Amino acid sequence: MKSKLILKDGLIIDPARSIEVRGDVVIEGGKIIDSGPGAAASHSENADVVELNGMIITPGFIDMHCHLREPGFEDKETIKTGSLAAAAGGFTTICAMPNTQPPADSASTLSFIAQTSTRDSLVRVLPIGCVTAGRAGRELAPMIELAGAGAVGFSDDGSPVGDAWIMLRALEYSKPLGLPIINHCEDLSLVANGQMNEGKISTLLGIPGNPSISEEVMIARDTILAEYTGAWVHIAHISTAGGVEIVRQAKRRGVRVTAEATPHHLCLTEYAVMDYDSMARVNPPLRTQADIEALIEGLNDGTIDIIATDHAPHTADDKAQEFGLALPGISGFETALAVLLSLVHAGKIKMADLLYKMSAGPAAMLSSTGLKLGTLEKRAVADIAIIDPDHEWTVDSSVFLSKGKNSPFHGTRLKGKVKATIAGGKFVFNEIGKN
Amino acid sequence: MTTKIVLTSEDIRRTLGRMSHEIIEHNRDLANLVMVGMRTRGVPIAHRLAENIKRYEGTAIPVGVLDFSLYRDDLASRNIQPVVKSTSIPVSIDGKVVILVDDVLYTGRSARSAMDALIDMGRPSSIKLAVMIDRGHRELPIRADYVGKNIPSSRNEDVRVQLIETDGVDEVSIYNPGGAQGE
Amino acid sequence: MSNMEKERSELLTEESEQINWTKKHLLDIDDFSKAEFDLVLKTASAMKEILSRPIKKVPALRGKTIATLFYEPSTRTRGSFELAAKNLSADVINLTPASSSIVKGESLIDTLHTLQAMGVNAVVIRHSMAGAPYLAAKHARASIINAGDGWHAHPTQALLDMYTVYEQKKRLKDLKVVILGDSRHSRVARSNILGFTGVGAKVTLCGPLTLLPPSINYKYHPYPGIEIEPDIQKALNGADVVMVLRLQKERQHSGLMPDIREYKNHYQLNRQRFALAKPDAMLMHPGPVNENVEIEPELIRCPASVIDRQVANGIAVRMALLYLVIGGKNDEI
Repeated sequence: MKSKLILKDGLIIDPARSIEVRGDVVIEGGKIIDSGPGAAASHSENADVVELNGMIITPGFIDMHCHLREPGFEDKETIKTGSLAAAAGGFTTICAMPNTQPPADSASTLSFIAQTSTRDSLVRVLPIGCVTAGRAGRELAPMIELAGAGAVGFSDDGSPVGDAWIMLRALEYSKPLGLPIINHCEDLSLVANGQMNEGKISTLLGIPGNPSISEEVMIARDTILAEYTGAWVHIAHISTAGGVEIVRQAKRRGVRVTAEATPHHLCLTEYAVMDYDSMARVNPPLRTQADIEALIEGLNDGTIDIIATDHAPHTADDKAQEFGLALPGISGFETALAVLLSLVHAGKIKMADLLYKMSAGPAAMLSSTGLKLGTLEKRAVADIAIIDPDHEWTVDSSVFLSKGKNSPFHGTRLKGKVKATIAGGKFVFNEIGKN
Repeated sequence: MTTKIVLTSEDIRRTLGRMSHEIIEHNRDLANLVMVGMRTRGVPIAHRLAENIKRYEGTAIPVGVLDFSLYRDDLASRNIQPVVKSTSIPVSIDGKVVILVDDVLYTGRSARSAMDALIDMGRPSSIKLAVMIDRGHRELPIRADYVGKNIPSSRNEDVRVQLIETDGVDEVSIYNPGGAQGE
Repeated sequence: MSNMEKERSELLTEESEQINWTKKHLLDIDDFSKAEFDLVLKTASAMKEILSRPIKKVPALRGKTIATLFYEPSTRTRGSFELAAKNLSADVINLTPASSSIVKGESLIDTLHTLQAMGVNAVVIRHSMAGAPYLAAKHARASIINAGDGWHAHPTQALLDMYTVYEQKKRLKDLKVVILGDSRHSRVARSNILGFTGVGAKVTLCGPLTLLPPSINYKYHPYPGIEIEPDIQKALNGADVVMVLRLQKERQHSGLMPDIREYKNHYQLNRQRFALAKPDAMLMHPGPVNENVEIEPELIRCPASVIDRQVANGIAVRMALLYLVIGGKNDEI
């Protein structure tokens, strides 16, 4: 092993610095020490060189929303397998949601997650703490303690913070910490028994519907509460056109609201459920083409700040059930980028803008870590994703590195793939040269 | 209206000097004396008497300040209450001869209030009253043990005592609102 | 200044010293002028001296009757008012809802009319609903003194706190006063904010934002000039006075704060944190103290603590207030 690693002749896209240029990136000691056209020349001694032939070199992706299932649900995924899947997807930093068993509402659980991550994970794992004790929505979790133990935000995801008074208090309480309350915005009373988007398809299929307004109502509520308190609310997995417009208006008023959208909400509609395919059952549900257009517009005008996967692995049994009984969730790490590239190929979003939403955008929300993430500037941590935007492949969930094979993209032909991922200067995934 | 000066600053000095000698003469054990000035103008007078005694006899007599507003018998009938100020007597009065000092003795009610206050504060062996001016018109059976000057006055007259410490000048005058000129 | 000179300067102010006390009731301190604050502090000083005598009684309020009407339980405040009244030779009757016809459903206004018929000069009232003393003031001819109404005000506590600081520091202007704890639900805190800022002190509120008065961290709050500092280290730095508020156990698990453990870890006043205040800082607490919750037990009786003196001063301040409010001529009862 030589001391330096040179990524030679790639297309460097660093959205954080608005750089898009053909060149080399030089890595040493886990950090980027040089980059740009001809950078390799001054570092050729004692260096491993990887020829990229124009493949994209970009900062490793940062996922603000994923479910690693450990502790408590190790059948579905462990921190180790989740990190393997993340690395295969180009992710070098992932934020773990706290709906584990026990939930991450105490420093001791966060400490377990930190230790397990250090031991097992290939990539950086940052914890998200609970908003309420036990995610039960009744009392506040000790957020100051959780922040001290490394939490980068708070959420009760899978569940919304349903009680407005509790959400108000949570925003107040967390405000001095400068960390977001990340809300899974669904008014459960409007969701009722809904299992897919309420609309034409749900009527035809005879499946109870979850109307878009269940999300919109709570996004409206949360932006108003955030405005009232001056605190920061982050809208998880936004899926509705109405929701996007509410966030847009709120941002115009100066409210501290940010929002994320998932690859599946940007690319699949409720039609994916047409043959009762439980792989397409997800919360919030897949919606309509109009919603997709609105989400894309939201990405392009900055209303939606980041992409997040909501990677939600389940066991085969969890999904091999009647639609109404199947657990919602998509195992998304390994298809995220490729799925989103379809939007780039269709000209709906520019490559650099998409990559921004996957690296620099989330990095801006993680200033509490004190780390310089999501950039390829000198002395930044060498977290890098290498992409071949033209590589065509067919998704085969049975070979996913994640334990969760639950993907509605199984069998889909996609164009574009993460070919390698470097975390902290070391390859954690490498398919360069493989087909 | 008329204002008539009845004591000049020189008169006051001599009067207080004579009172000090009287006090010395009638109290064998000076060390057992405590002077307590009744607010407000009794206080500087008490200090002056004690200073005189110190000069004549070399004995330093402790001087205290007494605010007796809370013992007044007219509190319930006044529209405006008096401001309560501090009371401070540097030694215990138990077993002592306390000389209450005031500027003017008139109805006797102030002296009665002051005595009630003193008795709530301790058990003096005796209480004596020293006043610079006695203007008569007692309403209670109170008499002064040491009097500077007797100044008969009528009820509608105002006996005004001014002292350097409080008013910048030593002078006692009688102010008659309906005097020779008529108003 | 020598004793003689000090007395001279006191004497010189006599002419202006007819009391300018025009308040028939004592409902809040939000309308106190600087002169009124000064008058209360000065009168309290005089009353404190009386408390040091062997006979702590003066006849100033002889023949007057004071009723205490406490809809909320209290040992120290009620006892303090009762002693204050008795020290001024007034007569006292104590009413508590449980033991009177109030429990039979008699309304506040009816109760006041009854007291009036009995010839009471002043009613000291404590109630769980903000504004109850104002209602009482509208319907009673007696003077109403607010001993605490809901979350709104506790003016006599603020005045005794101000007197305690004044007694020791000899001034109030520009002192840094830190109020630490649950001021959202504390009438003591609110009255102290008004009192101390009214005399030119600088007040800082410290606590989790969920336990500070609502709207204080939003856009609009009614206390101009005070500082909000949720970080306890920053808040205590250089403090002249640290006033610790009681944390009621019911606050935890209520959505306002996680639990006592998190509160203690980040907001308990312990020796280490108190050391950030000035070396001669005063430690205050309105009581009763929750040991080892809001305050470390060792600090309760440390040399800087004036908690016991607050209790003693409470009697002196309440004597002063009773004298000022009803010491003069009776209104027609």
